[in-house]
Amino acid sequence: MIVFDKVEKWYGSFHALKDVCETVAAGEVVVVCGPSGSGKSTLIRTVNRLEPIQGGRIAIDGRDIHGPSIDVNELRSHIGFVFQQFNLFPHLSVARNVMLAPMRVHRMPEKAAREAALALLDKVGLAHKADEFPPRLSGGQQQRVAIARALAMKPPVMLFDEPTSALDPELVGEVLTVMKQLAAEGMTMVCVTHEMGFAREVADRVIFMDAGAVLERAKPEDFFLRPQHPRATKFVSDIRHA
Amino acid sequence: MQDILDILRDYGLLLAVGQFPDGPIGGLALTLILAVTGLTVSFPLSVLIGVGRTSHHPAIAWTCTAFVTLVRALPLLMLIFWAYFVVPLIIGRTVSALTTVICALVVYETAYLAEVVRAAILALPKGQTEASRSLGLSASQTLRDVILPQALFNAIPSILNQFISLVKNTSVAYIISVSELTYSAYQINAQLMTKPLQVYLILAAIYFIICFSLSRLVRLVEKRIDASRKAPVAAGSAA
Ligand SMILES: Nc1ncnc2c1ncn2[C@@H]1O[C@H](COP(=O)(O)OP(=O)(O)O)[C@@H](O)[C@H]1O
Ligand SMILES: [Mg+2]
Repeated sequence: MIVFDKVEKWYGSFHALKDVCETVAAGEVVVVCGPSGSGKSTLIRTVNRLEPIQGGRIAIDGRDIHGPSIDVNELRSHIGFVFQQFNLFPHLSVARNVMLAPMRVHRMPEKAAREAALALLDKVGLAHKADEFPPRLSGGQQQRVAIARALAMKPPVMLFDEPTSALDPELVGEVLTVMKQLAAEGMTMVCVTHEMGFAREVADRVIFMDAGAVLERAKPEDFFLRPQHPRATKFVSDIRHA
Repeated sequence: MQDILDILRDYGLLLAVGQFPDGPIGGLALTLILAVTGLTVSFPLSVLIGVGRTSHHPAIAWTCTAFVTLVRALPLLMLIFWAYFVVPLIIGRTVSALTTVICALVVYETAYLAEVVRAAILALPKGQTEASRSLGLSASQTLRDVILPQALFNAIPSILNQFISLVKNTSVAYIISVSELTYSAYQINAQLMTKPLQVYLILAAIYFIICFSLSRLVRLVEKRIDASRKAPVAAGSAA
């Protein structure tokens, strides 16, 4: 479904992605991990073109998404993206956060958009917060709203950039529960996360990155128990003792 | 002190509303009309130019930046001279002094307000734009539904401060005989001949009272905005 083919990314003279070749199949859940600054965010941000690439090719369902004929707004409307910092719109109510894209991009009438939004908020357990404003929610609640907001466009694939890293430890679980539920429903997911439990429970594959390159790909249990690459070994022991 | 009361008694009405209702409106009323008109007309223009300055389109960004840089490098008085002497040459007919002043104030104010708008846009976290664009909203939809409602709301105190300086700046209109507050005081002084201290003391007091009250209002608004950030109520209702 998503194919990275020899992807190269530079920030000026800094080589951020080096010859990344990877395939994510439909329905697959892939966890991307690696030390801070290794290029994980950069990698998933190239998938919805928040970052341009300088070499290679990224194809979704066979379409070269960085190609000239791609309508970037249309492309993005089919890719859910969840940020570490939630990035909810603080001036809009929770329901309006979820309704905005369907109303603007799909021209959905307000009433239908609200119904759909309430159904999604119910799914993430927050229907009762529909008319609250985001700054009044806890971090975990905000992130669940952000997931509902992304789901409102019915994307076939969801990208998560460290969705639980900004959360207090006691709020991590509620977000992971929603993500696990999505995985169980067959959503294609690429998740940058260091949550070992999540990876072992739902991921089909773990990709380990360091310094812009993919150094290892393995089944979750293999990766966390028997990492092969020396830097992966060090990384796994670091997060175990964190 | 008695002098001041006498002047206020004899000329208070002239200072307040000019010749109105027997003649053209002037004095403090005209000063406020100039300031309010200046703000009302320059606000939408400044949003356009402030947004333009943040545009990724080089020609648009360059043009808007050039306008702002040029106007901010000129004294307001210079803009009034230009509008008064040069515009009639260009358009081939005379323009009333009042129109001239309003145009000059609008041009001047637009440049400063545009900077306020631009700063408010740039102060928003980048994640707001990224989240909106990631959902598939276009750049202009993002601007309208996500960026401007937040940026303009946050800019309200700066916009009001800009209005205060506009009230003071209207005084330069006196140079081309627009009978606003300063010009009225100038005329009264010319009639009385011997009381400049008293006349200009009154003038200063009026400007002070107005601008000081407005600045207290700004403080109040700032507090309300801070409070609404902690416990946000409907701060705009886009979507
Ligand atoms: N906009 C940018 N400009 C320049 N360098 C950047 C930019 N974004 C990220 N980088 C650099 O690219 C590297 C990878 O960043 P990132 O993808 O955010 O890493 P990770 O998500 O794995 O922590 C880091 O060294 C970072 O400093
Ligand atoms: Mg990151």
